Amino acid sequence: MARNDLQGTLDLLVLKTLSQKGELHGYGIVLHIQRASDTLLFVEEGSLYPALHRMEMSGWIRSEWKATETNRKAKFYRLTPAGQRELQNAEKSFEQLVKGIRAMLRYA
Amino acid sequence: MSIFRRLANTFSRSELHQEIDAEIQSHVEMRIADNIAAGMSPEEARRDALLRFGSRVVMRERMTAADAATAFDAFGRDLRYAARQLRRSPAFTATALVTLILGIGANVVVFSVLNAALLRPLDVPQPAGLCHVVHKQQGYDNQSYPDYLDFKSKNSTFSDMAAYRIESAGLSTKDAAYKCWYYRVSGNFFDMLGVQPAQGRFFHASDEHGPNSAPYIVLSDDFWRAHFDADARIVGTTVDVNKHPFTVIGVAPPAFHGTEVFLWPAFWMPIVNSPSGDTADYLASRFSHNLLILGRLKPGVTAQQATDNLNAIAQELARQNRADDGLDARLTKPGLMGDQLGAPARSFLAGIMLLALLVLLAACANLASLFAACTADRSRELAIRLAIGSSRWNVLRQLLSEAVLLSVLGGALGTIFSTFLLNALTRWQPFPEFPIHVAVSPDPKVYFVALLLSIGSGMLWGLVPMRQVWATDSAQVMKSSGAGTIVFRRFTLRELLLGVQITLCTLLVTASFVALRGMQRSLHAPFGFQPQGVLLAETDLHMGGHSDASTTQMQKRMLEEVTRVPGVSSVGIIDETPLGTGGSGSFVFRVGTTDFRMSTSAFGAKYFSISPGYLTAAGTRLLTGRDFTWHDDARARNVAIVNQTFAQRMFGTTSPIGLRFLVGQGTPYEVVGVVENGKYESLTEAPWAAMFFPLEQSPQSDTSLIVRSPLPPSEIVPELRQVLAQIDPSLPFVFHTWPDALGFVQFPARIATATLGVMGLLAAMLALTGVFGMAMYSVSKRMREFGIRVAVGAQPVQLMRSALSRPLILLLSGSVAGLLLGVIASQLLAQIVYQATPRDPLVLGGVVITMALLGFVATWIPAQRAFGVHPARLLREE
Repeated sequence: MARNDLQGTLDLLVLKTLSQKGELHGYGIVLHIQRASDTLLFVEEGSLYPALHRMEMSGWIRSEWKATETNRKAKFYRLTPAGQRELQNAEKSFEQLVKGIRAMLRYA
Repeated sequence: MSIFRRLANTFSRSELHQEIDAEIQSHVEMRIADNIAAGMSPEEARRDALLRFGSRVVMRERMTAADAATAFDAFGRDLRYAARQLRRSPAFTATALVTLILGIGANVVVFSVLNAALLRPLDVPQPAGLCHVVHKQQGYDNQSYPDYLDFKSKNSTFSDMAAYRIESAGLSTKDAAYKCWYYRVSGNFFDMLGVQPAQGRFFHASDEHGPNSAPYIVLSDDFWRAHFDADARIVGTTVDVNKHPFTVIGVAPPAFHGTEVFLWPAFWMPIVNSPSGDTADYLASRFSHNLLILGRLKPGVTAQQATDNLNAIAQELARQNRADDGLDARLTKPGLMGDQLGAPARSFLAGIMLLALLVLLAACANLASLFAACTADRSRELAIRLAIGSSRWNVLRQLLSEAVLLSVLGGALGTIFSTFLLNALTRWQPFPEFPIHVAVSPDPKVYFVALLLSIGSGMLWGLVPMRQVWATDSAQVMKSSGAGTIVFRRFTLRELLLGVQITLCTLLVTASFVALRGMQRSLHAPFGFQPQGVLLAETDLHMGGHSDASTTQMQKRMLEEVTRVPGVSSVGIIDETPLGTGGSGSFVFRVGTTDFRMSTSAFGAKYFSISPGYLTAAGTRLLTGRDFTWHDDARARNVAIVNQTFAQRMFGTTSPIGLRFLVGQGTPYEVVGVVENGKYESLTEAPWAAMFFPLEQSPQSDTSLIVRSPLPPSEIVPELRQVLAQIDPSLPFVFHTWPDALGFVQFPARIATATLGVMGLLAAMLALTGVFGMAMYSVSKRMREFGIRVAVGAQPVQLMRSALSRPLILLLSGSVAGLLLGVIASQLLAQIVYQATPRDPLVLGGVVITMALLGFVATWIPAQRAFGVHPARLLREE
């Protein structure tokens, strides 16, 4: 059974973003998801931070205060090995979900 | 790593908040910068950035809610908020606290007594595996000494067995004499219990070498301190017990007071000795059942295995000895004289505990309806909290914290009050002549139960508004002004609760009425004698060192001297007064029986030895035949006076005068008189057969002088004391009026009545507050409606009807249901209370009047308010 709630999807997006970009702050994550999805996906900012906090508490990501390119202070997140594993799981179960939904749509 | 972080977060919640705020701030600033870069005005850019974020507070809540550890913190916050909320509604808080203090306090008191009497193990160093060996039939707990020795030597399931009996005797030194209660115990008693002496030594099994071989006593710490000034030099000296010398060999430690929970004896004596010196018969006879056997199970042996083992031995003994016919064995918990006290105590305490829980349940129902009303009034606040993003679970948790906080507070206060009460009970000595302490101080188990009850009851009534919270539609509530719509929907739940509460309360009120009425009856019950106006002077001639041969002469002289005391109208002697602390029974047989054993007997009968004139002095009616005379002596043929029950069971309807029956090993007795039935052991007993023998034919050293006189005791006691001292100055007498002496048998009924009375009172108060609260609430919620109705011409009576009809209907139906339940439950009460029957017009009437009175009092003030409605003022206020 695929875990297919929205929260899971947001987690997947964030984890994938961090694995691609290495290290990023919250605002950067929002922009990246928007850009990478050709503006199809918008991450609600009110949901992003609780999700980040939860993932940090679960040990999937680590955070650190650093200066941005424009010399602003921001909290940067990076994946941990546990996060790496979680990403693989999430990708797998998302693919199953997509497969399932596609099968449903084709069924007529 | 993350767990440390979580814990760290718990302690630095504000730091966490600051960090979250900083992060959001940096995010918003980056967004603003980008927005400006995209061409927005600074104003627009800021607005857009903030809008995208939504409520920062809600988000922060959501972030920290993810943190499991912050639950502690949330709990603290809930409690602080709850405390503030409770301070804000002092009327509700005070009512709830008083209700809880009473409800939980009552339970703590009852549980403490139950704990001390039934649950706590014996207060000896190694209480594990200790149990009494008694007979299967309830109430027959005593064993004979030879049977004890056989059980002890033949069993394979007990590591050891001891025997003891409790008696009273006069202990005298050269300076003073005391009447004391003491144990006669088998030599291994102290060793089996694992007690070590505080002074000197204890006696052991090796000290026993047959009858009268161990003239030693061990003093209890209490007695040693009270009468020997805790002087260690007492060890090794000699004291007299009933004028026979005994050496004090040791003193028991302060914590040890024998193996009975509520009795503090003066000393312990080896069972092979006795104060009167005649033990040989008693130690050899399988007919004398006077001992309690206390055994310790071997580790790993179950009670069932031990019982089977002992029953096999009992069957073997029954085959070998005629006296052991029908012998069997059962194990029971030690501490309450086998089952003699244990069985009634268990059923009584279980019953009272149930009633106490019912009181608490009624209290919870009361609080639940109050709380539901309060919550309904706060529905606007709750709706707002839901609307601004609080989860329903949070709101519910908040309400539950209020309930639990109150309950724990009420429970703590209730426990404190109960502890005072219990400590007072522990110091109390209910009977001056008995060393009985009701040692019921609470222990950790009691505190634990109190906490459990507090939290449990808090949950019970705190969860009632759950549906309310779940069903709250915030938009709906805020649109309508106030709580109107919610209240009426909630009304049915509250009504149900109130109905339950009134039912429970009526049940308790019925129970206490039944008990009160039973008590009143037991005070005026036909005892078979007239205690009013009688003074008792009690002694044991053995205490004066008199031998059995001379006792009757002594008693005759006493009667002669006392008759001459001015103001004495009649006097007689009986060995043990009926309804006293002693009393003996024996099997009787029909003429023609040749084999005398339990199974061939006609029935068992109580027997007493009385002097001529006893029946007149005691006020026992002689129905036919004659009283004894001094000519019914050892040279004359054996005669007896029997009671009605005896005559009926032995002889049927034929006149018994001149007929015979057999006692013991076939000694024939001729009936010369029949007296009225009476009570002999307890007020609640079924009618016993009883027989009376003349003192000269069956001499007894126990002597109770029955002195009937119209003078008050204070005038006649000094005279009596003087006269009796002239006969034998060394004989200790106990003087008391017969009604006072009956205090002992009436004690259970008195305690039961007092307890049930208090429970009934509590219940009545709860019913009162419940009905009052509901009536008051319904009136206050509808004041505006009433104002309008008065303005359009409604009569006050109409308003009253609509305001008070529901509480009154509830009161009525709840009362009827409670009364019916009470009638059913009273069967249980009959166990403790004399002639407990609810089918008594006085009881039924009393309950109905009480509930009606409660209804009247509870609705009086609300009715006054409804009457006093002033439409103009009311409408202005709204």
